[in-house]
Amino acid sequence: MTVLSEAGSAPTHGGRRAIRRSPYPGWFFLPAALIYGVLFLAPTFASLYFSLTRWTLFNSTFIGLDNFAQFFREPFLVQGLVNTVLYAAITSGLKVVLGMLLALLLTSAIMGRGYLRSVVFFPVLVSTVGVGITFTVLMHPTQGMINETLALFGIKGPGWLVDPRLALFSVALVDVWKGVGLATVIYIAGIVAIPKDYYEAARIDGATRWQNFLYVTLPLSRPATATVIILSFIGGLRTFDLIWAMTRGGPGFASDTIASVIYKQYQAGFYGLSTAGNVVLFVLIGILVVPLTMFLNRKQGHE
Amino acid sequence: MKSRPSIFLGIIAILVSALVFLVPFAFIILTAFKNKQQATLLDFSWPDGFHLWSNIVEVVTTRNWMMVTAFINSTILTVASVTLLVVFAAMVGFVLARRKTRWNGLIEFLILAGLMIPPAVVPTIWLLQGIGLFGKLHGLVLIEVAYGLPFSIILYRAFIATIPRELDEAAIIDGARPFDVFFRIILPLLWPVTVTNIVVQSVGVFNDFTNPLYYLPGNANATVQLTLYNFQSQFNTSYNLLFTNILLITIPPLLVFLFFNRHIVAGMTAGAVKG
Repeated sequence: MTVLSEAGSAPTHGGRRAIRRSPYPGWFFLPAALIYGVLFLAPTFASLYFSLTRWTLFNSTFIGLDNFAQFFREPFLVQGLVNTVLYAAITSGLKVVLGMLLALLLTSAIMGRGYLRSVVFFPVLVSTVGVGITFTVLMHPTQGMINETLALFGIKGPGWLVDPRLALFSVALVDVWKGVGLATVIYIAGIVAIPKDYYEAARIDGATRWQNFLYVTLPLSRPATATVIILSFIGGLRTFDLIWAMTRGGPGFASDTIASVIYKQYQAGFYGLSTAGNVVLFVLIGILVVPLTMFLNRKQGHE
Repeated sequence: MKSRPSIFLGIIAILVSALVFLVPFAFIILTAFKNKQQATLLDFSWPDGFHLWSNIVEVVTTRNWMMVTAFINSTILTVASVTLLVVFAAMVGFVLARRKTRWNGLIEFLILAGLMIPPAVVPTIWLLQGIGLFGKLHGLVLIEVAYGLPFSIILYRAFIATIPRELDEAAIIDGARPFDVFFRIILPLLWPVTVTNIVVQSVGVFNDFTNPLYYLPGNANATVQLTLYNFQSQFNTSYNLLFTNILLITIPPLLVFLFFNRHIVAGMTAGAVKG
């Protein structure tokens, strides 16, 4: 036993030279690097060039910044840009607030806690397209269950998905319905990790439940808040499948986002313009998410 | 004394959650049981008769048993891509956690970029066509691997950092080759995080709609998510069939949820908090 442990500790002191080959070979990176490099990184870099061209997949003509100019000139493309940011802001905002509230509820001594956690989380695992189709039916302006229920109380429900002013918000609500479970479990993990001593100290100081929340839970679950915001904000900016399943960007272009514009331009054969959409989305994520991440993860202590 | 408000609050929470989260699922199930006429009403009513079986038969046999092809395709896609993901991500996570070189910063940057940046669609199609993988199931497998790697690597790296280095060193002293150290000693120890990876990534790949839509066009290649999309126009008036379809493709995630709920939650929160 002693011999073994002595032998085992030798390399740590003796340095690398004792072993001729590293036990952590560089070629372990190779399969992953090859797949990731060829299928993700290469197209990403290629997109920077192709976004500056008129492109048929077989040949491309360099046209400078024309695609981008078009992106910021055509009203429906601009609306897609605005919608994307709006959608990301609404969904991440609602997920933070509702996720926090649900997590507070589900970490308290409440009846049926296990059931509630499951029921809130399950939609996360269900097919987005399935959820989209289901809610499209439920939100039907005249026959849909939501408006029929509202009618029972004498409320005339709005045209959730057919009203151009509402369509994007309706899809965002469904996104929150589907995604709030993930926000909730992230918050639960964050709240459970807060040491009990803090609450103990707060109790001795005579803190109320509200003060407990405001001065202990909220600041100490900040990493969870950062995660939820960043995750759902990126998800919101990239969103495609739910919008496509529910409105196809309609009515008109009222609920188009950049991702749905990319798909539409691709279908129409405007490959250069579609790729420019991709680059716009990279840039948007870069200028919004990077500062957001830095702001949320900045050193604490001055709150 | 203290438990009384919680019971009251609990009952309210259960009722509200049932209304918000269970009613949509109940609606799917009820509609899948109905015949065409009753389903068209789109209401929340008890089915007139038991039509689930005939609905299933019709959904499955439509368009030359497309549903069966789709389930086979989705199964192959999920199993193949998750297997590759697990092995390749664990290898990267292992070396990344153990060996500190000047490349680590760059590698970590690329991983984070992969989590944030959406893939450039048309250039990827162009590239896939160039190497003959466009519209091929194995091409899509590699795509799913490429897009899933960053998340899996982060999960593995965090877990491997908790496994003592002395273990690898002892094995090396005993004469094991690096290959054996990893595949015979480390990889088995990673089982908990491997299960998490398998579960989270399988659900993701199985539910993936966007990538098959772009990279795997054509009815012969349909995955289950695309059947829903294809049937959406065809079943426009047959809501019973549309919802039977939704019900069928919800069963696999439901089974995963019932058996692996804990792993999913653990994986999604761990990956999220560290990412």
